[in-house]
Amino acid sequence: MKKQAINARTYGVKPWYDPRVRSLVYQTLAIALVFWGGWVLVENTLSNMASRGISTGFGFLDETAGFGIIMHLVPYDATMSYGRTFWVGLANTLLVSCMGVIAATVLGFIIGVARLSSNWLIAKLALVYIEVIRNIPLLLQIFFWYFAVLSNLPSPRQSADLGSALFINNRGLYLPQPVPQEGFGLFIAGVVLAVFAVVWVAKWARKRQLATGERFPMVKVALAILVTVPFVAYVIAGDPLGWDVPALKGFNFKGGITVIPELAALWIALSLYTASFIAEIVRSGILSVSKGQTEAANALGLPNRLTLRLVVIPQSLRVIIPPLTSQYLNLVKNSSLATAIGYPDLVAVFMGTTLNQTGQAVEVVAMTMAVYLTISLLISLLMNLYNRAVAIKER
Amino acid sequence: MLNEASGIDAQSSPGGQQPAVKPDIIRIEGVHKWYGGFHVLKNLNLTVRQGEKIVICGPSGSGKSTFIRCINRLEEHQHGSIIVDDIELTDDVRQIDSVRRDVGMVFQHFNLFPHLTVLENCCLAPVWVKKIPRKEAESTAMEYLERVRIPDQANKYPGQLSGGQQQRVAIARALCMKPKIMLFDEPTSALDPEMIAEVLDVMIELAGSGMTMLCVTHEMGFAKTVADRVIFMDAGEIVEQAPPQEFFSNPKEPRAQKFLQQILQH
Amino acid sequence: MTDLSVMPPKKAIGPIQWMKRNLFSTWYNVVLTLVVAYLIVTSVGPLISWFFVDANFMGSDPKDCSGAGACWVFISQRLDFFIYGFYPGEQQWRVDLMFLLLAVAFVPQFIERFPGRKWLGLFGVVGLPVAGYILIPGGPFGLSEVESTKWGGLMLTLILAYIGIIASLPIGILLALGRRSEMPIIRGLCVVFIEVWRAVPLITVLFMASVMLPLFLPEGLNFEKLARALIGITLWQSAYMAEVIRGGLQAIPRGQYEAASALGLGYWRKMGLVVLPQALKLVIPGIVNTFISLFKDTTLVLIIGLLDILGTVQSTVTDPSWQNVAVEGYVFVAFCFWVFCFGISRYSQSLERKLDTGHKS
Repeated sequence: MKKQAINARTYGVKPWYDPRVRSLVYQTLAIALVFWGGWVLVENTLSNMASRGISTGFGFLDETAGFGIIMHLVPYDATMSYGRTFWVGLANTLLVSCMGVIAATVLGFIIGVARLSSNWLIAKLALVYIEVIRNIPLLLQIFFWYFAVLSNLPSPRQSADLGSALFINNRGLYLPQPVPQEGFGLFIAGVVLAVFAVVWVAKWARKRQLATGERFPMVKVALAILVTVPFVAYVIAGDPLGWDVPALKGFNFKGGITVIPELAALWIALSLYTASFIAEIVRSGILSVSKGQTEAANALGLPNRLTLRLVVIPQSLRVIIPPLTSQYLNLVKNSSLATAIGYPDLVAVFMGTTLNQTGQAVEVVAMTMAVYLTISLLISLLMNLYNRAVAIKER
Repeated sequence: MLNEASGIDAQSSPGGQQPAVKPDIIRIEGVHKWYGGFHVLKNLNLTVRQGEKIVICGPSGSGKSTFIRCINRLEEHQHGSIIVDDIELTDDVRQIDSVRRDVGMVFQHFNLFPHLTVLENCCLAPVWVKKIPRKEAESTAMEYLERVRIPDQANKYPGQLSGGQQQRVAIARALCMKPKIMLFDEPTSALDPEMIAEVLDVMIELAGSGMTMLCVTHEMGFAKTVADRVIFMDAGEIVEQAPPQEFFSNPKEPRAQKFLQQILQH
Repeated sequence: MTDLSVMPPKKAIGPIQWMKRNLFSTWYNVVLTLVVAYLIVTSVGPLISWFFVDANFMGSDPKDCSGAGACWVFISQRLDFFIYGFYPGEQQWRVDLMFLLLAVAFVPQFIERFPGRKWLGLFGVVGLPVAGYILIPGGPFGLSEVESTKWGGLMLTLILAYIGIIASLPIGILLALGRRSEMPIIRGLCVVFIEVWRAVPLITVLFMASVMLPLFLPEGLNFEKLARALIGITLWQSAYMAEVIRGGLQAIPRGQYEAASALGLGYWRKMGLVVLPQALKLVIPGIVNTFISLFKDTTLVLIIGLLDILGTVQSTVTDPSWQNVAVEGYVFVAFCFWVFCFGISRYSQSLERKLDTGHKS
């Protein structure tokens, strides 16, 4: 035995059996392989593009686009550049994503809580909603809202008239646009004042609660302040808001704000679909708080309402937030299904029309992917920061 | 040593020397409970006088935890009556809440709130339930944390403490509500052996202060030192109750004899 | 005194008691229940009459539909197209055979104690792709060739989802092992690969596969559109698969790795014989869940011009000879997907529960 051990040491380790050498070799090989693969791809691509007469580089971004986009948040017309189409698409993607995130969160929390309701009918209804919606492809749901519901709405001349200022037809939803007039600043000041007042009262109420144990009906008071102060300011300023009401001119409505049906269909479908996943996350988050925690709170004499607010919700939020953000990420990615119904999002405008017209696939695809990569990295960065903040408390 | 350690109100001397003069604080009559078709508690009768220390033991699955949890209505009994401090436990939420305010409980798995610091754990119920000013609640909490010998951990989170420390915090948290009765549901069975002593010391000290205690435990040493009465349960029934000297030296029921044999073998 | 030694006191929970407790316990529950009940009652009636009572089931052309209810004639007339796409009629038995083999391999997985369940599963993973490769495109054994451009409908949906999941499994395992490797460069490469694919939407991947893949390949070498889509889907899916498998690898306690090393097993034997078999068993529910989402996501291929089941329906509902059959078409597709996804998700949930209890001490 002993002799062998000595032998092993005197002979030394053969390089091939040394794990460090092995790992070095493997990694060098991997790097070489990646570089070789990359080089082959670049080589192929360049020769292919040359033979097809496609130019390279980002020069095309300054060329005139020459096509119209049905909806743009940043100023745009057909004489502007391809570079501008990128921003128009990005803004539209961000718009529908933000709208979707807000609606899906509100709906998802309501349905998730309803799923745990003591009311049998409500709980079952929430269950049916979740199981139906999340097992049907999102694209199909978008098609349903766009082709089956919204395009079956009446034509502009027979528009459904909701209170003589709101119109719905198969070209979209027409809302009156508020136009601030003289004295509007006073109203804004009223709103700001109300918000500050609520913050101040909340701070005061918290301080008093800590000092004396007295509780304060914060929600009711806050609502009262938020409604009355701006209202009084509005009246004093003498009705400072004009409305640009849409009106039927020729074949369609002019004026006001138009929500195009593509946006509406995408928004409805994205929100309903994502809400069904968020509802499940909320439900399992609430259930993840162990029974021992509610029992301990009950044993201390906390009534159920306070147990929920002080013990269950703070703990379940930690469980809910990580998967919730990944649902937000999914929603942003899913908003690219806009292409299928022609909502001008980043993919439809830039990866669709711009790519088709310029043929510069590599640059366009790389830019589009970089956008989604950036959004995803940003969100996971925030997520990691949040997790770290929570983790410090834990251990 | 026990007497020296006594704390808050020294109105009663430890060991239950003159229990006869004390009024009843818990009255349990003919309590039955079923889980579905399974009969967990069978016709339990028990009266506890103020300041009395009772140890409940028995084989696992005998219903002792369920029994003790009925006393603050974490479990619902289906027949019979439980009267705690002159309040009967019924479906009435207000009665349940007022009983729970006066009855502290310590759990096997501590059940501290992981998202709150030790101090916040202790202040939560006094502030929100008893509406005691925060400052006052904090100073009371620090008092009790000193009594369980961990004042220096007050601003840590439960996850940062050892099991023994967590259980002591749990005891302090329950005491912060200034309860009249303390329930202990196997407080040491989830602990590593070297931590059991520190928790038992605190409990012995608490017993010395005259607190009414009901304790489900297998710590027979604790029962011998502290208990006024030992209750032996098996299969949902109270099989035997006796003072500890009598119970340990001369158990009457064969089931109790067998249980003691098994437990004292080690 | 009643005899309490035997039975619990009967708490009479009659229907009224039940309703009081579960529907009308507080004033807001009363309001909620009444509002919801009203909505259900007013919407279910018209729905039933649209689906069944006023609907037309029999017939052969648009004139057989009254228009008062659903026109199911449309579905039954176009069913062939929705299932097989343009696959020639006399060759459709080959597809049917594959459907049958698929069912034989996987339906028993839902039934515990089915004899030879494991072997059928193995056949489903290994044998089925080979059978499909021979049967569907044809060629060998005198089977006439059917070009991939003629494939479509449900059959194409299943092909995409099935190949996507089977092909991404080995790549996903390698990526997961790489991400947990101790070699920093290997780990870094795997992390970048996984995170990039997971960050981008499937549509961009499909666009890339259909537009950029031809540019990447040397001249003369090219794939059909379907193959390009499959390459994109597989790469994209393998990133998700890697994350699922990594979860399983992380769940295996350190002791298992150490015990395998202590027995003198090298890296690949340790992983192949000890760690992966346990980890893969743990992640079956996760794999099933990724399959469900991939199955739903395959509908996206219609954007790059492949006719999956939604694509076939979408292209027929715009057919001018049938008026206003969009809802019927969508309901049909929704129903197909729902049955598949709901059934499979129930299966994965029951599996999860089983594994869960199996792993608690």
